[in-house]
Amino acid sequence: MSDITKQSLSELIKNIKDKKLSSTEVTKAFVERSEKSKELNAYVTEDFSAAIDKAKKFDENPNLDLKLPGIPMAVKDLFCTKNVKTTAGSKILNNFTPTYESTVTQNIWNEGAILLGKLNCDEFAMGSSNETSFFGSVQNPIDKDLVPGGSSGGSSSAVAAQLTPITIGTDTGGSIRQPASFTGIVGLKPTYGSCSRYGIVAFASSLDQAGPMAQNVRDCALLHEVISSYDEKDSTSIDFKRNNYFKELTNNIKGKKIGIPKEYRVDGMPKEIEDLWKKGIDYVKDCGAEIIDISLPHTNYALPTYYIVAPAEASSNLARYDGVKYGFRADGENLIDMYEKTRSEGFGAEVQRRIMIGTYVLSSGYYDAYYLKAQKVRKLIKNDFDEAYKKVDAILTPSTPSSAFKIGEKTNDPVSMYLNDIFTVPVNLAGLPGISIPAGHDAKGYPLGLQIIGKAFDEQNLLNIAYAMEEKINFKNKITDWWIK
Amino acid sequence: MSKDKSEYLINRKDNQYEVVIGLEVHAQVTSESKLFSTSSTKFGAEPNTQVSLVDAALPGMLPVINEYCVKQAIKTGIGLKAKINKRSVFDRKNYFYADLPQGYQISQFKDPIVGEGKVILDMPDGQKEVGIERLHLEQDAGKSIHDLDPKNTFVDLNRSGVALMEIVSKPDLRSPDEVNAYVKKLRSIMRYLGTCDGNMQEGSLRADVNVSVRKKGSKEFGTRCEIKNVNSIKFMQMAIEYEANRQVDLIEDGQSIDQETRLFDTKKNETRSMRSKEDAHDYRYFPDPDLLPLEVSEDFIEKLKLEIPELPDEKKKRFIEKFKLSPYEATILVSDNETSNYFENVIKKSDVKLATNWIIGELFAALNEKNLEITQSPISAGNLSKLINLIKDGTISGKIAKTVFEHMMEGDKDPKKIVEEKGLKQESDPKALEALIDKVIDDNREKATEFKSGKVKLFGFFVGQVMKVSAGKANPQLVNEILKKKL
Repeated sequence: MSDITKQSLSELIKNIKDKKLSSTEVTKAFVERSEKSKELNAYVTEDFSAAIDKAKKFDENPNLDLKLPGIPMAVKDLFCTKNVKTTAGSKILNNFTPTYESTVTQNIWNEGAILLGKLNCDEFAMGSSNETSFFGSVQNPIDKDLVPGGSSGGSSSAVAAQLTPITIGTDTGGSIRQPASFTGIVGLKPTYGSCSRYGIVAFASSLDQAGPMAQNVRDCALLHEVISSYDEKDSTSIDFKRNNYFKELTNNIKGKKIGIPKEYRVDGMPKEIEDLWKKGIDYVKDCGAEIIDISLPHTNYALPTYYIVAPAEASSNLARYDGVKYGFRADGENLIDMYEKTRSEGFGAEVQRRIMIGTYVLSSGYYDAYYLKAQKVRKLIKNDFDEAYKKVDAILTPSTPSSAFKIGEKTNDPVSMYLNDIFTVPVNLAGLPGISIPAGHDAKGYPLGLQIIGKAFDEQNLLNIAYAMEEKINFKNKITDWWIK
Repeated sequence: MSKDKSEYLINRKDNQYEVVIGLEVHAQVTSESKLFSTSSTKFGAEPNTQVSLVDAALPGMLPVINEYCVKQAIKTGIGLKAKINKRSVFDRKNYFYADLPQGYQISQFKDPIVGEGKVILDMPDGQKEVGIERLHLEQDAGKSIHDLDPKNTFVDLNRSGVALMEIVSKPDLRSPDEVNAYVKKLRSIMRYLGTCDGNMQEGSLRADVNVSVRKKGSKEFGTRCEIKNVNSIKFMQMAIEYEANRQVDLIEDGQSIDQETRLFDTKKNETRSMRSKEDAHDYRYFPDPDLLPLEVSEDFIEKLKLEIPELPDEKKKRFIEKFKLSPYEATILVSDNETSNYFENVIKKSDVKLATNWIIGELFAALNEKNLEITQSPISAGNLSKLINLIKDGTISGKIAKTVFEHMMEGDKDPKKIVEEKGLKQESDPKALEALIDKVIDDNREKATEFKSGKVKLFGFFVGQVMKVSAGKANPQLVNEILKKKL
């Protein structure tokens, strides 16, 4: 079988279960393609030979009842992996190897998957283009010098370029959905509390969620089923009844009510995004669902709210990287000097910017005006969704205000970079699930995504709507393998 | 007014100053494991052997609240007659230090688990009520060790994450003596409850002491200084004494007092400025997003109330009413649970009055001398009870009992056996005593004549001689009676 890496996850699983392919063959195929794709810079750490060894071991005594039998998989370098270096895209963790495994990755290995390596990402997941990584920018396989989105840019690039059949990312303000949209793949941010945060390098604790990224909705549903679990080690994990998302997946969404929020028609939105949205509405109607206009009146305040709450939490979460216990340490004259040098040299500019913003908004005299007010607005944003969900089952919006941009295009303009998250951050602030599915191309042939936002814990419905739409859209990613010589 | 007699005032020329003190006591919660991790809290382990991934703040590690510590805090709140808050919030207190791995301490800032309560102090001139402002749960930091290496500081994280209760009093204390009584009472309540062992040597109980002064009669509070981390009652008293006088001197000198944090130097017996208000940390408190607000139900609290033992105030009342003890005796005997248990065990089978005297007198003095706690007493309650019965039934005199007691302190021996082995049994046979007394009178004829001619004082001499000859074993009452007859 020549085109192993072109197969979807479901096909690979079927072939392994039917003994048409061994885990070793599959793993070797992805390793080979990954090795030929170094120019994409998708990997921070390759664990290829260990992966092949594990695959061989799997084949010696294959357990084909598992959900991911012998499936190789690379994961975002924000997930702590036992005995495999975990950097969070930062110099400050460049020498850090955990002795423990994140719950989400453990769930994956428990179902028979095999770690290929760790994927590049924005430093501490702070970024929308993967350009803030200490390990350099990642290429979008769609076109040369195009960003793959961020922060899960290594993940989106790797799935789109078929270096891994599937992957997981994390999403704090859009870090799964925006890169999925930029690379023509599917990315799901689950309900806050659905996937454990244990062992994931924290960015903003009240917003961070792990989620699956895949070539199609079915694969996405399967991986979500694997990673979503209640975990006592995460106090914000929620013990609700989880579906068999893959098995229960259906394209029958007749009679579902889909809301279209007028506030998402932002000023200066490119016409092709507007057109894509309209097309999306038509697809939804084609599926037999009903379109209802809704209002989410506080949408405008979501981005500023996010850029107070997320940096505030980050400024505190990143205090532990001080050079004392692990990670990078710069020499200093005394403790304070060591702190200052370690953190000045260890953190990149964007991380430092956010630590400073966060420190400012939490400081005495500003706390009420910024952090406290932002928390109140956050509540209003959530109330908006609660109101809307009295009328609709899900909400349809564009995933991003534009297609992927060139590397370097926005690096000197943080605000325009932040605007990338305008459609995705309200979802994190409200703790809701959201999925981005590829829905078309812009004039340059770059993929564009549509976002479906669901009710809390209603991932099944969300996946069903995405599945039905996917069938109608029939999207084909245009990947030319331009980076392979 | 009796109150004025014990009032603690600082006098300067024509002015009298009152001292206003508030305490923030940090009490280590008695628990097997830490507040947010499963590592052990045992004292005295090798450095860094009781440190989990959470305690060392490794990436991606998350705190999970220890329910037992929550129960302990609520029980303490109940013991302080305080309001239990059904909803409380854990906040992050952000600051950098080498022994603070997370870069923040998880504490409770705006919404503590326990609200206002009170503690009753038994002062020599009566009872005094001290208000409790709040009690909150927080993590302890690790320990920086600066004296093991000339250049480097070592960090021991064994204590990192251990649960502390910070108990904040209202500024109701007015003297070092009241502080002494307050800390002891607080410790006693927590020991009764089993929520804090109160061991100050091991750092289980320490306090930040807020001190201000004002002219007597003034209603306004003066500017306060906070003396950080004082770890013995004696040092607290010394620090207050020094600090109050320092403040008074400044005021008398026409200067103002800076609100600041000070350290108490135990060697020099003085407080020194640590940082001024301007240099105070901005801790950037905010609710810890890794933890949900802590919510406890009425039912949860009610169940804990059932686990609360009889506390010192109630026990004292019972001792006074049931055993007719004086308030002074009762206060001493209920000061800790172990002492009151000991007392109640002794009086199960012996005289209350004698038991009270022997415990408060001989036993406490002997234990004190050997630096032992009541739980380490070489004399069990049962054996003390037997000793008291030997006195009561006249087998031995009170004086002999002291000798027996001394032997008992050397090891927990049955007093009856000691009396037998050493032949200390009291001589109460009138005939034997008569013979003894006859001999004494015979040997001291001159004095006997003097006595008869009116020198009554000599009676004591004869008693002494009889006791001496009998090696203390003669029954003093009978000796008196017989002597009177014979002389």
